[in-house]
Amino acid sequence: MSGYEPIRKVISGNYAAAYAARDARVQVVAAYPITPQTSIIEKIAEFIANGEADIQYVPVESEHSAMAACIGASATGARAFTATSAQGLALMHEMLHWASGARLPIVMVDVNRAMAPPWSVWDDQTDSLAQRDTGWMQFYAENNQEVYDGVLMAFKVAEQVNLPAMVVESAFILSHTYDVVEMIPQKLVDEFLPPREPLYDLADFSRPFSVGALGTPDDYYEFRYKIARAMEDAVKVIRDVGKEFGERFGRDYGSMIELYRTEDADFVFLGLGSLMGTVKQAVDVLREEGYRVGAAKVRWFRPFPKRELYELAKTVDGIAVLDRNYSFGMEGILFTETKAALYGTDAHPLVRNYIVGLGGRDFTVKDIRNVASDMMKAMEGGETSEEILWYHLKRG
Amino acid sequence: MEVPDEIKKRLTLPFEEHFYAGHTACQGCGASLGLRYVLKAYGRKTIVVIPACCSTIIAGAWPYSTLDANLFHTAFETTGAVISGVEAALKARGIKVKGEDGVMVVGWAGDGGTADIGLQALSGFIERGHDAVYIMYDNEAYMNTGIQRSSSTPYGAWTTNTPGGKRHFLERRHKKKVIDIVIAHRIPYAATASDAYPEDFLRKLKKAQKTPGPSFIQLFAPCPTGWRSPTDKSIELARLAVQTAYFPLFEYENGRYRINMPSTKKDPKPIEEFLKLQGRFKYMTKEDVETLQSWVLAEWERLKKLAEVFG
Repeated sequence: MSGYEPIRKVISGNYAAAYAARDARVQVVAAYPITPQTSIIEKIAEFIANGEADIQYVPVESEHSAMAACIGASATGARAFTATSAQGLALMHEMLHWASGARLPIVMVDVNRAMAPPWSVWDDQTDSLAQRDTGWMQFYAENNQEVYDGVLMAFKVAEQVNLPAMVVESAFILSHTYDVVEMIPQKLVDEFLPPREPLYDLADFSRPFSVGALGTPDDYYEFRYKIARAMEDAVKVIRDVGKEFGERFGRDYGSMIELYRTEDADFVFLGLGSLMGTVKQAVDVLREEGYRVGAAKVRWFRPFPKRELYELAKTVDGIAVLDRNYSFGMEGILFTETKAALYGTDAHPLVRNYIVGLGGRDFTVKDIRNVASDMMKAMEGGETSEEILWYHLKRG
Repeated sequence: MEVPDEIKKRLTLPFEEHFYAGHTACQGCGASLGLRYVLKAYGRKTIVVIPACCSTIIAGAWPYSTLDANLFHTAFETTGAVISGVEAALKARGIKVKGEDGVMVVGWAGDGGTADIGLQALSGFIERGHDAVYIMYDNEAYMNTGIQRSSSTPYGAWTTNTPGGKRHFLERRHKKKVIDIVIAHRIPYAATASDAYPEDFLRKLKKAQKTPGPSFIQLFAPCPTGWRSPTDKSIELARLAVQTAYFPLFEYENGRYRINMPSTKKDPKPIEEFLKLQGRFKYMTKEDVETLQSWVLAEWERLKKLAEVFG
């Protein structure tokens, strides 16, 4: 158990990401500036300049090239890292598929930021959730500590299943907000995360090979199945790595959904990322007011924690899904996933969708109380809003 | 196969082969020939990065590969970026790159993948100064997708999206001088080469290997399928492109231009000699030919001037 002395620092979420990349001993970083990601790569550049890290830093000319360079580096056996946000992530989209298709365990931090237009630099989850089908694992951090821990775990998981992983943090709310982060001494990180053993290595010339050659209809299908299987295998690896992390460092991530005061809850709030910090606080307030509510934070969105969600859904009457994102023509993205995961099971809670905080709009304890009362009304069968509530909408 | 030394001695190209038979190129393909020369020059300790282009197919469908070297396929516009990442990883791992005994990192991309969609990544690669060689095999159109014009397609050419017709809708823009853009980066080494002059090409590949930093070679690689030319005329066409000064051979090294033999030998042959063997130019009017001819000669004069001033 965790009998070690952590290195405590008051740092931003972005610095937590940079320190984690350093401690993970990444070998190649290729990145392009974008607000609010930039302080990650600035910090990494500083590590290199100060001799604190031995990293090949490739200052590419676009995010598309950032991912392409990481792909080249990872295929050549290096541990590769990048970071981006919103427009940059969208520009990378093509290469996100390439990274997973080539089975490369690249780790990337995405700072959740709203997609333009209109221009916005503030928090919104649509950028990362729109990459749902690219074959990347996705970990959503609630706070700066989870950004740091998430990057270290992401590398370990990614390198075991040979799929890339994204660690997602909120624009400004985490990226530029300072908080205490307990960092792990290098020696202990090294024990947790040994050097990478690549699936293949372009620098190995003993038996020439090619990666990514044309796959005819006779073969392509099986390549996709292997990725699907790897993503399923990742569920167990994520739980094992999360548990191991807890045993080594005292913060357990063994469950893909973190539950907060859900034991006797009538309903729970379900959501991703920093939003859930506020929700936990609101749960405490609401509990004092007599509501029996809890919070369920989805840590890993891909692979999706179907089993944990089902187990939770069996014990509650309602789930209020808080989506800081939206899929036009449908509904909040986590809402869709939640219903899909529960369909056909014997868990039938009332599931409602609250579209909150898009483009960085504040979502406070007061707002969560309003959601709670709407939810209670719906569960009692009373007059309520529509199933998908654009909660903040300025009407009239 | 055992070859007597006295025969080997007389060969002007390396005997060893790292590009095997069984590839799927068209007959008379200049691209496959070029890649064969590249691997003759660099051997097995080569990481070849190929974006979407004819060579994606030529190299063979999974699980086959015609290359006796490691090959990484990548997306159309990413050659420059991927070779940058490969090189960075080799350096991070302490593996020697370039030079006589170093690992060679080679980007092998077509003209569309270089002059159009890959131009940004190419620029980034050169500007950052990675130790790798970028080879653009120039067959002057998007051949793999079915002969569409690229910015490297010459004036007056028929392609499937400059199809001729009643309104005389042919390519109306002159060939983009990609190598001028490359040289604008003040790259340590850049050169043009031709399938018709393999010794010159090999020499340039070797020079690219020895020169630290990024190198760029633009290889003129005839495409009988897209040029509507006889499959046994590819080398002749590649030679005529040089002899007409349509595609002169030259090098740019540490700021100096040098025009190579045989481009220096005599006055350029008339451009018609290059055009007449190719169906793609059959829609050109007399005026069209004159327009192309005067552009070719003006560009040739410009190059000679550069070689004179910065020789």
